Amino acid sequence: MNKILSRPESLTLIQHSYCPGCGHGIIHRIIAECIDELGVREKTIGIAPVGCAVFAYDYFNFDVTEAAHGRPPAVATGIKRVLPDRVVFTYQGDGDLAAIGTNETVHAANRSENITVIFVNNAVYGMTGGQMAPTTIEKQKTATTPFGRDIKRDGYPLKVCELLAATGGAVYLERVAVNNIKNIMKTRKAIKKAFQNQIDNKGFSLVEVLSQCPVNWGMTPKESVKWMDDVFVKHFPLGVYKDI
Amino acid sequence: MDKNKILMKGNIALCEGAIAAGCLAYFGYPITPQNEVPAHMSKRMVELNRVFLQAESELAAVNMVFGASLTGTRAMTSSSSPGISLKQEGISYLAGCELPAVIANVQRGGPGLGNIAGSQSDYFQTTKGGGHGDYRTITLAPFSVQEMYDFTYQAFNLAEKYRNPVMILSDGVVGQMMEPVVIRQDKPQKQKHNRSWVLDGCKNRKPRLIRSLLMAEGALEEFNWKLKKKYDEIRKNEIRVETQDIEDADIILVAFGIAARVAKAAMKQARSEGIKVGYIRPITLWPFPENVIRDAARGKRKFLVAEMNLGQMVEDVRLAVEGKCPVDFLGRPGGGLINQEELLNKIRSLK
Amino acid sequence: MSKVKIESEKCKGCYLCIEVCPKKCLEVSKEFNKKGYHPVEFVNDKECTGCGFCYQICPEVCIEVYK
Repeated sequence: MNKILSRPESLTLIQHSYCPGCGHGIIHRIIAECIDELGVREKTIGIAPVGCAVFAYDYFNFDVTEAAHGRPPAVATGIKRVLPDRVVFTYQGDGDLAAIGTNETVHAANRSENITVIFVNNAVYGMTGGQMAPTTIEKQKTATTPFGRDIKRDGYPLKVCELLAATGGAVYLERVAVNNIKNIMKTRKAIKKAFQNQIDNKGFSLVEVLSQCPVNWGMTPKESVKWMDDVFVKHFPLGVYKDI
Repeated sequence: MDKNKILMKGNIALCEGAIAAGCLAYFGYPITPQNEVPAHMSKRMVELNRVFLQAESELAAVNMVFGASLTGTRAMTSSSSPGISLKQEGISYLAGCELPAVIANVQRGGPGLGNIAGSQSDYFQTTKGGGHGDYRTITLAPFSVQEMYDFTYQAFNLAEKYRNPVMILSDGVVGQMMEPVVIRQDKPQKQKHNRSWVLDGCKNRKPRLIRSLLMAEGALEEFNWKLKKKYDEIRKNEIRVETQDIEDADIILVAFGIAARVAKAAMKQARSEGIKVGYIRPITLWPFPENVIRDAARGKRKFLVAEMNLGQMVEDVRLAVEGKCPVDFLGRPGGGLINQEELLNKIRSLK
Repeated sequence: MSKVKIESEKCKGCYLCIEVCPKKCLEVSKEFNKKGYHPVEFVNDKECTGCGFCYQICPEVCIEVYK
């Protein structure tokens, strides 16, 4: 018997600190596999966000820097402009990318920075204990929306792919999910394409990954992946929003 | 005529100093009175095939510098007071990640949006931290167009030597005025610094990590002690100060930046009137030349500190004087320029 | 014939792998691991086709697949 599937080289052996069933671990593994397959591990520089995934720097087996909350696209811009032949990607959560860092996100996309952005949308702030995210859906209960998100008071969930599709610079935008095998395989394809685009000098590519956060949703992992199909993806339709 | 001498504005000299130092990436955002910097860089850096980018904000600009700097590339940004407030987040992260970077502040009046006149009211912000956390920013205060050129040039080596942000604390007057500048003809003086921290892809080496989050028990305290050691080293090696006629002085004027130009002229005039005035100009505001001031604080001397603010550096002078001599203050806030006559009147009143 | 190997000390007991296994080859172990979870164990090497679904969904990347 041959080993056909095992931990990719681009992941370290350190076990990550995410809660049971959390989607981050799946997304990390997919990124690592894509980088291995593209043969670019030794020229990759990753940027870890502020939020649960800040510790991504311990889990990826290539150069990683941390950035201030919301600033990964600006840091990525600085790196990529001076080292255009390296593979530069940001890994950001919904608070990082779509709240505090919206400005950096929109402008990096609009300039078509030749970078790859992996945007993890789990509709909640994980690290700080389950507060409302910009992507929290209507009526969803969080630590700071105990009566459910009230559109009148809190506004609408922000649709990042739809928003960035309006920029001149974004070349590839796709929303995927990691709640079942079919979606995971699509995520893998999307992330690989987002890196390939950068290698081909195409410009700004972003993959929005809907991801489960069982603990902060108050669900079991099994319930959380079902809720994604039943509710979450209804608010955030999966699919390609731009591909040029 | 010296053909290497060129008449230029302070803000242009700042750019040329950076270019001469081998700055390969500039990220900025327009704000008066430093607009000549991004405008000049947008032309010169592109001509030299280096990186210029007008960022979407000062926050983005300083974080782009963070990105360029972590690859070991000489990078800078510039702004004026309200924009420097925005950059403080990035400066704290640069300090926390021990990354070299040069930041220029062509100060204007504050607080808030203030006005666009030259001012010195960001002394506290620059020398006492500005951003969060226990860190220090090496601060050079030029008082001439030549020093805008020279100090910016030198700032890159200081930043790399100590892996620390360096601030050029200038102001709208020095930024806007024109003076002849001697241009360096040599190649950028690049000292050999340790580059084992640079992120450029882990080819033939182990992956590297740049971060300021240190969650393990005691790790942050240990890191802060390491920083302290570095700051002590900087204090030992890098203090710069200009003094004149302090030996026989009854009154010692202390001023930095553009206020020191006025102070120097007032001192000369006072001396011609028979008042024995000496002069101390801190060039590095951090590390502050406290020993020079402490040594000068003896006998029946009086100190007079002149600043274009409500009294900021005067607090450091008082700390250095340790109560041994009276320390008086003359300041003008809100972009008001101290003039020689009012300073002279103050000197006469102290006699 | 295929099999999967589970690094049971790394398993956090989310059991998503059990949910996606088409041949029901995985079960919850009665044992505890050092973290205090009941890890997943591989129980049926006759039915396993090596489809890798368990590997794909495991957030801990603690499953290896052999074929």
